[in-house]
Amino acid sequence: MLKSLKLRVILVLIFLVVSIVFCLPNVVEMKGVWKRYLPSDKIHLGLDLKGGMHLLLEMDTSKMMENVLDRKFSNFKDAMIRDGIRFLGLSKKENGISVVIRPEQKDKLYNLAGKEFTDFKAGGQKTEGENLVVDFIFSEKDMNHLRENAVNQALETIRNRIDQFGVTEPVIVKQGDNQILVQLPGIKDPQRALELIGRTAQLEFKLVDEENAARYTGGPVPDGDEVLSLKIRNRETGIVTTAPILLKKQALLTGELLTDARVKIGGEFNNEPYVAIEFNAEGSRIFDKITAENVGKRIAIILDNTVYSAPVVKERISGGKASITGGFTMDEAKDLAIVLRAGALPAPVKVVQNITIGPTLGQDSIRKGVTAAVVGAILVILFMVVYYRFSGVIAVIALFLNLLYLLGAFTALKATMTLPGIAGIILTMGMGVDSNVLIFERIREELRLGKTVRAAIDSGYEKAWVTIFDSHITTLITTFILFIFGTGPIKGFAVTLSIGIIVNLFTAVFGSKAVFDWILLKYKPRSLSI
Amino acid sequence: MKFIEIVKDTKIDFVGLRNKAFVISAILCALGIFAFIMVSLGKANLSVDFTGGVQIHARFEQKVDIGTLRGVLLAGGIKDVQIQEISGTKEFLIKTKSSSSAEQDIQKTIDAIIKKEIGDKGFQILASNMVGATVGKALKRDALIAMAISFICIIIYIAWRFTFIFGLAATVATFHDVLSLLGVFYLFNMEMNILFITALLTIAGYSLTDTVVVFDRIRENMSKMKSKKDFADVINKSINSVLSRTLITSITTLLAVGAILFLGGKTLFDFSFALFIGVLIGTYSSVFVASPLVFLWRKKAR
Repeated sequence: MLKSLKLRVILVLIFLVVSIVFCLPNVVEMKGVWKRYLPSDKIHLGLDLKGGMHLLLEMDTSKMMENVLDRKFSNFKDAMIRDGIRFLGLSKKENGISVVIRPEQKDKLYNLAGKEFTDFKAGGQKTEGENLVVDFIFSEKDMNHLRENAVNQALETIRNRIDQFGVTEPVIVKQGDNQILVQLPGIKDPQRALELIGRTAQLEFKLVDEENAARYTGGPVPDGDEVLSLKIRNRETGIVTTAPILLKKQALLTGELLTDARVKIGGEFNNEPYVAIEFNAEGSRIFDKITAENVGKRIAIILDNTVYSAPVVKERISGGKASITGGFTMDEAKDLAIVLRAGALPAPVKVVQNITIGPTLGQDSIRKGVTAAVVGAILVILFMVVYYRFSGVIAVIALFLNLLYLLGAFTALKATMTLPGIAGIILTMGMGVDSNVLIFERIREELRLGKTVRAAIDSGYEKAWVTIFDSHITTLITTFILFIFGTGPIKGFAVTLSIGIIVNLFTAVFGSKAVFDWILLKYKPRSLSI
Repeated sequence: MKFIEIVKDTKIDFVGLRNKAFVISAILCALGIFAFIMVSLGKANLSVDFTGGVQIHARFEQKVDIGTLRGVLLAGGIKDVQIQEISGTKEFLIKTKSSSSAEQDIQKTIDAIIKKEIGDKGFQILASNMVGATVGKALKRDALIAMAISFICIIIYIAWRFTFIFGLAATVATFHDVLSLLGVFYLFNMEMNILFITALLTIAGYSLTDTVVVFDRIRENMSKMKSKKDFADVINKSINSVLSRTLITSITTLLAVGAILFLGGKTLFDFSFALFIGVLIGTYSSVFVASPLVFLWRKKAR
C-alpha cells in the first residue's frame, strides 16, 4: 500500500506541476529565459469575451456558373462560325448547350468540341426531321471542380484583404460547400471591415456608347449595351447622387490584369485622395490599344457594376498607369486600394450570419462570469465542509485540483474560452463534487454497517467506482455530441465540461483517495470525520 | 460516529407513489409536446439563431422609455419589432424577424433611426446578431439531429451496461426531462436560442447521471435479491439508499448554477435558468420516473 500510495501522490503532483506551468502565463508575463523553456500561451478568449465580428459568407456560385456557361456558350458560337459550321439552332441548357445542325456537319462539330472544348462532354444526339440535335454537357465533376476552385480562390482573396486591413489573429476558414467563416477579434470598425470583405471588387473598363447615349432616355436598351448607374459626388456638399449611363456591354479590360493599386493625393482635385493603379505587361498593352483607338471618347471605370467615373480619353496612354477618382474619403480610397490589390472575388458573396460583439460587453461578461464562478465555488465549498466536515475539506482540495487541472489542460489544448465555457467550469464545480459525494455516502453506509474506518474507505471507493464510471461516461457522450454539433460559444462549453469530467474522474480516484490513505497510514484513526 | 444528514434512514415507497408521479409527469410531458408543436409551427419565442433575423443589444446612457423606443422604430418603418428591456439596466434587446435580403441594412437602419431620433440619450450598440433564414433553418435541423444522436448513443450505452429495459427507461426519463424543460420554457415565454439547446443536452446528461446512479444500486441489490417478488422492495431500498447522494449533488449543482443565475449577467441568465429548472426536473425523474418504469416494464415482460 505504501508503494502504491507513493506512486499515486507522485502522479498527482506531476500533473499539478504541469498544470501550474501551463496556467502561469495567464497570471504573470513570461520573460527572458522563462519564456524560452516554458509555455507562454494564455487562454484564448472567444469573440463573445474579447469582442469582435463573426461572419458567415455564402458564395453565389450559381451566378458564377451561369457566367462561366455564358462565356463558354459565346466562345463555342464564335468557334463554330470561324470553322464554318452552319448551325440551324443553338440554345443554352441548364448545364450545357444544344446545337441543331445538318447531319453531314456532325463530324466537324464533334471535331471542334473534341479539340478545343474538352470540358464539354457529348450528351447524346437525336434526329428531328432532317436535322440533328446534338447536346453537349458540362460534366458534374467539372462543375464541382470549378465551384470548389472558386471558393478556395475567394478564401485566399479574403485572407489577403484582411491581412492588408490589419487584424490580429483572424480566422478564415471554409465551411461546407460554399460558405466561408470569418472571425475578426477585437475589430474596431466592424461596418468598414464588412464592406471590405463582402465586396466583389470586380473592376472593369467599358466604353460609353456615345452614339446612342445622347438619344437614350430610358426604355429598351440598344443591342449590346447596358445601363449602369454613374456615381456623382458634389464636391462642395459631399452629397452623392446617381445618374444612368449607357455603356457597351463588353468589358475592354478587367482588374485581373492589375499589379498594383495605391492611394495618392492631389492631382486634378487638390488634396482629394484617389487610387492609382498599374497594369501588368498584358494589361498595359491592352490599355495602350484601347486608349489609342478611343481618343475623344469616354471610358467608364466600373467597380461592381457601379460607374465611378467616365473620363474622356485625351490621348493614348502607354505604360499601363491609370487612376480611379470618385470623390473618395481617405478611408474609402484606402479600402478600395486594398480590394484592388487583393483581387476580385470569383463570385459575389452574401453575408448570411453576422454576430458583432462590442468590447465593453465582453469585459462585462468576463467580470460577471468570474464573479459568478468565485461565488459558486465558495457556496459549494461551504456546503461540503459543513456537511462532510474533515472529509469535506478533502473534497475541497480535490475541487481545487480539478480547477487547476482543468485550466491547465484548457490552456495546453489551446481551446477557446467563451462565456458558456465559463458556465461550463462553474457547472463542473457543482457536478464535480458528485464523485466525492458518491464515495462519501458509500463510506458512511459502510461505517453504519459497523466496518472499521480502513475497511469502510476501501470498500466505499471500490463500490462507488462503477457508478462514478458509468455516470461520467454518459455525461461525456452528451458533451462529445455537443462538441461536434456546436459552433463557437457552445464548443467552449463542451470543451470545459468534458475536460472537467475527465479531470474529475482522475482526482476522485487518485487525489482524494491518496489523502485518505495517507491519513490512514499515518494516524490510524478509529473514527472518521465524514 | 455521527454524521450531518439531510435525509435519515428514509423508507419512502417510491414504487407505490408511481401513479401520482405519472400524473405529474403526464402533465409536464403534455405541456412539452404542446410546446414542441408550437415551436415547429414557429409560434414560440425562438431566437434569431433559428428564425433568421436581426437582434441588437443596445445600451443608452440616459433612461429611455421602452414605449418611446418602440414608437421611434415603428415610425422609422421597422415593422415586426420586438423590444425587451433588460431589468436593472438601461439596456434593450431589439429583435426583428425580418429575414429578407435587406437584413444587413435593417441593422444599419435601426442604428440610424435611433441615432437620429433619440441620439441625445447616448445610444450604443453593444452587440448584434444577424442570421440569414437559411442558416437558421440549418441550425434547427442540426440541433434536432444532435439531440437524436445523443439519445441513441445513450440507449446503446445503458442497454450495454444494464439491460434493454433499463436503457429504455433511462431514455424515456431523459426524454421526459427535455420535454418538461421545453414546456416550462414555453410557459414562461423565455427565448429559445442555441444556449437553450445546449442546456437541454446538458440536462439530458445530468439527469442520466442521476438515473444511472440509481440503476447501479438497483443492479447491485438485484444480485442479492432472493425471490422475484421483492423487486419493488429492491427498487425502493435502492432509491432510499442513494437518496441523500441524489439530493446533495443536486444541492451543490444548484448552488453553482444559482451563482450563474444571479451574477452571470443577461447572456447567461436564460441558460442558467434552464439548467436550474432542468436539475430539479432531472432529480425528480431519476427517482419518480425511471425506476418505476423499470418496475412496470419488467412486470409486464414476465
